[in-house]
Amino acid sequence: MADKYKDNKVDKNIKENVTPAATAASYEQVISEHKFYFHTVKRRYIWFALSLLMLAVCIISLSYQGLNLGIDFTGGTMFNIKFEQPTTQAAVSEALDSVGLTGQVQLSQNDTEAIIRTSPLEPDQRDAFLDALQEKAGTFDYENLGEDLVGPAIGAELRSNAFKAMVVAAILILAYVSLRFRFIYAVGAILALVHDIVITLGAFSIFQWQIEAAFIAAILTVFGYSINNTVVIYDRIRENEKRLKKKDSFEDMVDKSVWQNMGRSVKTTLTVLIALFAIFILGGASTKMFALAMIIGLISGLYTSVLIASQLVVEFTKIFGGRIRRKSA
Amino acid sequence: MKRGNIIKLVITVLVVAAAVFFSIQPLTDPEQGIPLGLDLRGGVHLVLQAEPGDDGTPITDEDMANARAIIEQRVNGLGVAEPYIQVDNARKRIIVELAGIEDPDQAVNILKTTAKLTFRDAAGNILLDGTQLKNAKAGVDTSMGRNDYVVHISFTPEGSKEFARITTEMLGQQLGIYLDENMIQNPTIKDPIVDGEGQIQGYSSLEEAAQYAVLLRSGALPVSMSIAEKRQVGAQLGFDSLNKSLDACVYAVVLIFLFMIIFYRLPGIVANFSLIVFALIVIWGLYAIGTVLTLPGIAGLVLAVGMAVDLNIIVYERIKEEIKLGKSLRAAVDAGFSRAFLTLFDSNITTLFAALALFLLGSSSIKGFAITLIIGILASLFTGITFTRWIMRWIVGVNPRMSKSLFGVKGGI
Repeated sequence: MADKYKDNKVDKNIKENVTPAATAASYEQVISEHKFYFHTVKRRYIWFALSLLMLAVCIISLSYQGLNLGIDFTGGTMFNIKFEQPTTQAAVSEALDSVGLTGQVQLSQNDTEAIIRTSPLEPDQRDAFLDALQEKAGTFDYENLGEDLVGPAIGAELRSNAFKAMVVAAILILAYVSLRFRFIYAVGAILALVHDIVITLGAFSIFQWQIEAAFIAAILTVFGYSINNTVVIYDRIRENEKRLKKKDSFEDMVDKSVWQNMGRSVKTTLTVLIALFAIFILGGASTKMFALAMIIGLISGLYTSVLIASQLVVEFTKIFGGRIRRKSA
Repeated sequence: MKRGNIIKLVITVLVVAAAVFFSIQPLTDPEQGIPLGLDLRGGVHLVLQAEPGDDGTPITDEDMANARAIIEQRVNGLGVAEPYIQVDNARKRIIVELAGIEDPDQAVNILKTTAKLTFRDAAGNILLDGTQLKNAKAGVDTSMGRNDYVVHISFTPEGSKEFARITTEMLGQQLGIYLDENMIQNPTIKDPIVDGEGQIQGYSSLEEAAQYAVLLRSGALPVSMSIAEKRQVGAQLGFDSLNKSLDACVYAVVLIFLFMIIFYRLPGIVANFSLIVFALIVIWGLYAIGTVLTLPGIAGLVLAVGMAVDLNIIVYERIKEEIKLGKSLRAAVDAGFSRAFLTLFDSNITTLFAALALFLLGSSSIKGFAITLIIGILASLFTGITFTRWIMRWIVGVNPRMSKSLFGVKGGI
């Protein structure tokens, strides 16, 4: 009810402030303003094909290689250690071997920082390993030690919670977009979302980058941004649709709406990318991966909101003959 | 009209500047300011899982409450300031967070030990357990001509009677003292002990003796505990992360400010100004609801800044469009804001859903991120729709005929 009230208020404002004659730029005007103009809707099968290709690659990688799940999901122990002197991969591996452990070692910061992942360690094993490490790989201060131990039960909980969170968010968004626009818009938006998430997951699968708990936050934020970008364009379509005349093409109107928002779509993504690159370059190891996931998701989100979501609406309207409200000329 | 607007603008700038100035001290104060999370100041986050016994008796809520009280006592014995202890009855877990602790390893050991004290005969039969213990204190015994670190124990009256009976019966035999399944001492009883006082020997330092005294004083946990999750961050590591992420914030904000000014000129400056107001609202909001600042929280903050900028971009692109349609600046600003409102509302509500889902289902670190994002979205809606709008109106009111190029529109008059 509150929404409806707000709608009325806004509509009234528009009527007050805007004289009808000057409400809209013409299609030609919009086209002429963009140097790199191309028809985003007529060429939609190119984008659809491109997307299907990318999705296929991602899905193949996901099903054959899967994801490189970190200890947050699988359970395990992870050390983050800053050594006083540079160390070597071999020395750390030797320390692991000496106490009968296997694990992954990742060195950074000119080989002075190490991230070591093993199976969940008992306190005795852990102490023995850290002693061996001091001896074989070099000394470090315990002030510079970070350690995560995640039991298998907690890891499993995180996996199911992450999945639930995504389903809940998707249902809420689907319901809201259906309510505010139309069902086919919601389907277009959700398909675009799934696209962005599969691409992000796919990239992490192809390169086998490790996924930690923060990745879920990254994915859900991509969710938020991507839907936001799409809804802004839908909103413009809804607005332009009200002025659609009988002879006007629905395709052109959607294309116009996309281009009217192009500046905003690109600039918004750019500003967030600026923030993310700052986190990516300056942040620690864990925040780096978070930023990377978001960067990939956001770029995919820009692509889908501009070239996929609205084009899907056009396609669905053609197939299912959705009602397009037109003014009689 | 003109002068009124200039005065309003000047006053607003001064008020915001003063607000920023007076916010810095209270918010960054190490004691009273925004508390830093464990990942930024060092500490340990521990999830202890109660394990059902071998006989399969279920763990009751009462067991959990007792365990909590005992753990609380142990934490206090460690001398940790503001510990956070929480019981999750559904999953039979106790969550403990200790910040700024010097030796996290020692703390973890003390907390998870069951610490069941027993006295056993040579055959291993339990004769007496620690439930009858009244007190335990660490001390130094110099009676042997050297420093022996010991724990003095004293029994309740009932325990004293029982202990006297046992030591009388077992005169000349060995009495094993066990903590859980570890024998800590196996002395031979030379005289019956009737006063209910005793001492346990064999500690290498006073600290070690004090640790055991804490364990004995707090009593045994009613259930055995295993570590389900441990997140430990050294103080120096936390400090480094804090500095790194603050650097990232500063660079991000400076670049975004420049970006806005380059693309939007005058409105860009207004946007940057309202970003400052936005940041004030978000940070004070987080402070008011008692949020702890964590690494994911900082990431959420940077993203929220991105959202706030986006709001301004939507409005300014609209204003640009309206100007290009040949409207006067005043009308363009009004139309830009009115038309953008619905867009902002719809697009931010959907983002809010994603943040809410994160908050409801996420783990604790993800929650910190979600809260910042939620407050960020609400604050950006507020500043974008109201504050920026007032400022833009006042500016246009100062000189309605100012050059349109100030708004980033090319070729305007």
